[in-house]
Order: sequence, then C-alpha cells, then structure tokens
Amino acid sequence: MKKAIKLNELDNVASLFDTAEKGEQVNVLDTKGKSSILTVLDDIPYGHKIALRDLQVGEQVTKYGYEIGVVSKPIKCGEHVHIHNIESVRGRGDWDAKKQAEVLKDMKH
Amino acid sequence: MGYVRKDGKVGVRNYVAVLPSVVCVSEVVEAIVSRTINTQGILHHQGCCQTPPDLVRTTDCLIKIGENPNVGAILIVSLGCEGVDTDRLEKTLRETGKPVERINVQELGGTSRAIQEGIDKAQKLEMMISGMQRTEVDASNLLVGIKCGASDTTSGIASNPVIGYVADKIVDLGGTVVFGETTEFIGAEQVLKHRAKNAQVAADIDRIVQRMENRAKAVGVDMREGQPTPGNIKGGLSTIEEKSLGAIVKSGTRTIQGVIEYTETPKGKGLWIKDSPGREIELLSGMAVAGADIIMFSTGRGAPQGFPVVPVMKICGNPITYQKMIHDMDVNAGLITLGEKSVEEIGEQTLEMLLRVASGETTKGESIKYCKSMDFYMLGPVI
Repeated sequence: MKKAIKLNELDNVASLFDTAEKGEQVNVLDTKGKSSILTVLDDIPYGHKIALRDLQVGEQVTKYGYEIGVVSKPIKCGEHVHIHNIESVRGRGDWDAKKQAEVLKDMKH
Repeated sequence: MGYVRKDGKVGVRNYVAVLPSVVCVSEVVEAIVSRTINTQGILHHQGCCQTPPDLVRTTDCLIKIGENPNVGAILIVSLGCEGVDTDRLEKTLRETGKPVERINVQELGGTSRAIQEGIDKAQKLEMMISGMQRTEVDASNLLVGIKCGASDTTSGIASNPVIGYVADKIVDLGGTVVFGETTEFIGAEQVLKHRAKNAQVAADIDRIVQRMENRAKAVGVDMREGQPTPGNIKGGLSTIEEKSLGAIVKSGTRTIQGVIEYTETPKGKGLWIKDSPGREIELLSGMAVAGADIIMFSTGRGAPQGFPVVPVMKICGNPITYQKMIHDMDVNAGLITLGEKSVEEIGEQTLEMLLRVASGETTKGESIKYCKSMDFYMLGPVI
C-alpha cells in the first residue's frame, strides 16, 4: 500500500512517500510506526500533502505540530493540500512582488 | 568512552591540530599533515587583509578549534607578518594545558624549512598524546552539532525528524546540542521563539534573523522573496513556513537555552542556537568552534562533506541516495520513506551509532578521509 507520514499528533496533513492515484488507499504512519488507512481523492505526487480530515476555509493547516498556512478553499479528507488551497501567512515564492508585500505588510516576526 | 581533557571537557578523538595563523601558510600545514599521523590541518582562508573585527574573529575561531575537546595538542604555523594575533592564539592555547608548539615560516627561512621543522614538531606532539587512553564517561558530556545539506523532499519528512529525535534524547541525557543555519529560520521564527527559555532568548532569535536578512538586503536581496522556490513547490513544499519548519524539526522539541554568536561556545547544557549561515564550510567550522564532539548531518541528495577534527555522521533520508552513495552515508533514514522503519526506530539506531562513534568507531567519511570541509564565517569586506 502507498505510504504517508504524519509527523506530529496535532497535524491535519500527512506527507506522501509515494505517488498516489485517486481512489487508492494510503497507509498513514506516525513517527512511532502506528498506522491508519485513508482513501485518496486526488492524484497526489511524491512528497506532497494529503488532508487527514475535512478542513474549512480559514482553518490552520498544521504540520510538525505548527501552522504552515491557512486553508483558502474547502478541503475534504483525502484531498491534495498544496498552493491551490492553502495560503501562507508569511510569504510565498510563486507570488508576485505586489502580493508578497500585501501579505507581509502586517506580518509580525 | 572519551578523552577527558584538563578543563573537564571530553573529546571523542585525540588529534594534533595544525593551525595556520593565516591562509598564506596553509600549504606548509598540508605538507606537515601529509607526513604525520593523527594530525589534522585547519585549512581556512583568512588571517590577513581583513578588517580588524574579522582578524579578531579569525583569531577567536582558531583559539576555539584548539580548545575543542577532540584536539589533544596544537601546532601553530605562523608566517610572521599575519594580521591574526598569533601571540594571543598561542598564549590562550597554552592556558588549556594542552601541549602547544609554534613555528614561524619567515624566521625559519621559508616554506621547505618550515615544513621540515613542522614535521619534527608535529611528531613530538603526536607522540606526547598518542598514549592517552579513553575513559568511561557519561553521555551528558556530549556536545553534538547539527546540519542539513543537499536537502530534497525526504529531508523535512524523514532525516530531519530523525535528527530531531536524537537531539531530544541527547538533551534529556544531560548533553548539549547546537544548531544553526539562521537563514533557514526565516518563516518559522515564531516557532523557535515559542520554544525559547525566556523573552531575552526569543528577542535574540529575532535579532539574528533580522541581522541575516539585513545583510542580504544590503546587497539588494530579499530572502523572503522566491521562497519556497519553484523546485521546492514541485517537491511538495507549499509555504515558507512549511519549508523552514522542515529544517527546524532537526533541532527537536526541547527548550532553547540561548543564542550564541559564531565565535562562541554554549554557556551551559541543553539546546542552543548558533548564529551561522547555511553553507557547509562555515557551518561545520562554527560547530567545531562551539566545541562539538560530533556533528549529525542530514542529507537527501548526498552531501559528502566532513570536517578535520570532528566526525560527521551522515543521516540520509533518500533510500536511493543511500544505496548509491553507500560509502559516504552512515544511516539509512530512507527506510522511513519505504515504510520499513519508523522515525523512532531509525532515531534509536542513530543514537546508538552516535554513542559508538563517540567511543571510537569511525564514520564512513572519516575512514576515507573526506574531512577537509572548513572555513570561518567572516563579515567582510576583504581589503
């Protein structure tokens, strides 16, 4: 079975150790090796993230136990989580300078 | 089992460090090292035509390398007209109680004569310390440095979590862990500050990140722009905070006791941050300056670097890289990505190996002598 890793018990995403196709099952392992099974709803490339539960717009995306961004479009459990549905609160490489400045304007270190 | 030094610190190796006071004599150092055993040349590129702060910095770094617990004796090779304060270097190293010798190339009559004299002196030092025995000591004597380099998708999700696991264990055993690469904190400073011992430490973290960013801005570079890179995004990183957290996870979860400057050593046990850039030569040197016995180095694409007086353990998160570069990689954290082992299992394996390396077992890099990657981090300019 395809595998993914959930790096912290607080996380709502896991990172894939395989390329997974829509409809496949993924074995989500934690750092102790405990597993749980999830069905993949999108094609997800190696190293990309899968949602571990439904996520609402504005909700924090948690990885390593900390915020890695905020949900920008509703996400279902098993969907691909990436730049199309999460926003950084601290800046992002594919934004242009104007957008970058907008987001970073109010950023506190 | 380690070498207990006069200042109470414990080393895991027992080298004669051959220190050029200035880059101009590094070839003399190389020649001395090539003709003697258990010597390591500290082949930096500094020592002259630099600003006074950088000359002081170079002197301080050389002193700290001599004071590193893996060093049993020191041979100083001076040119004669260097900018480094070689008298202060010699005086401070003599205060450690370690045997120290010094030669001056210009006084001796040139490079070939200095090489001959240097070999004789290195031989004397090596024979003085070669009989020193290891003593059984507690793991709390360990000071471990951390690095990640040649990262790929596996780094943030396999090899760095392994190193973080080991870092936590070392701190819990009463030891010391130092991490750096300030550049990689950008986007995740708030996480580090959350783990800071107190408000002062949190403020220091902010200060060193801003300082690093300002240096880049001074040459017209915005370090937050373009992060994550297109390659990162393709590999799965969605935001700068995710990228930085993937780097920071190698520092584990324990409280950050404080922030130290590049030329400093930690002021106590536990987990410390050293302000340092991400490039290997300066980072590894900074860890040695901090007094590291061992450095754990996470890699995905296969970074080969080692360091002269400090063993560097390679923890490789990519199973394909591990097999391809099996003569350079120590731990196969790639097994995590294959689902064959958990982070915890590889973490325990890495800790056990670290303790064996501390007691004398060599790393892959040490055994094939791939250990010259060093230079001191300077503020510039060169003048």
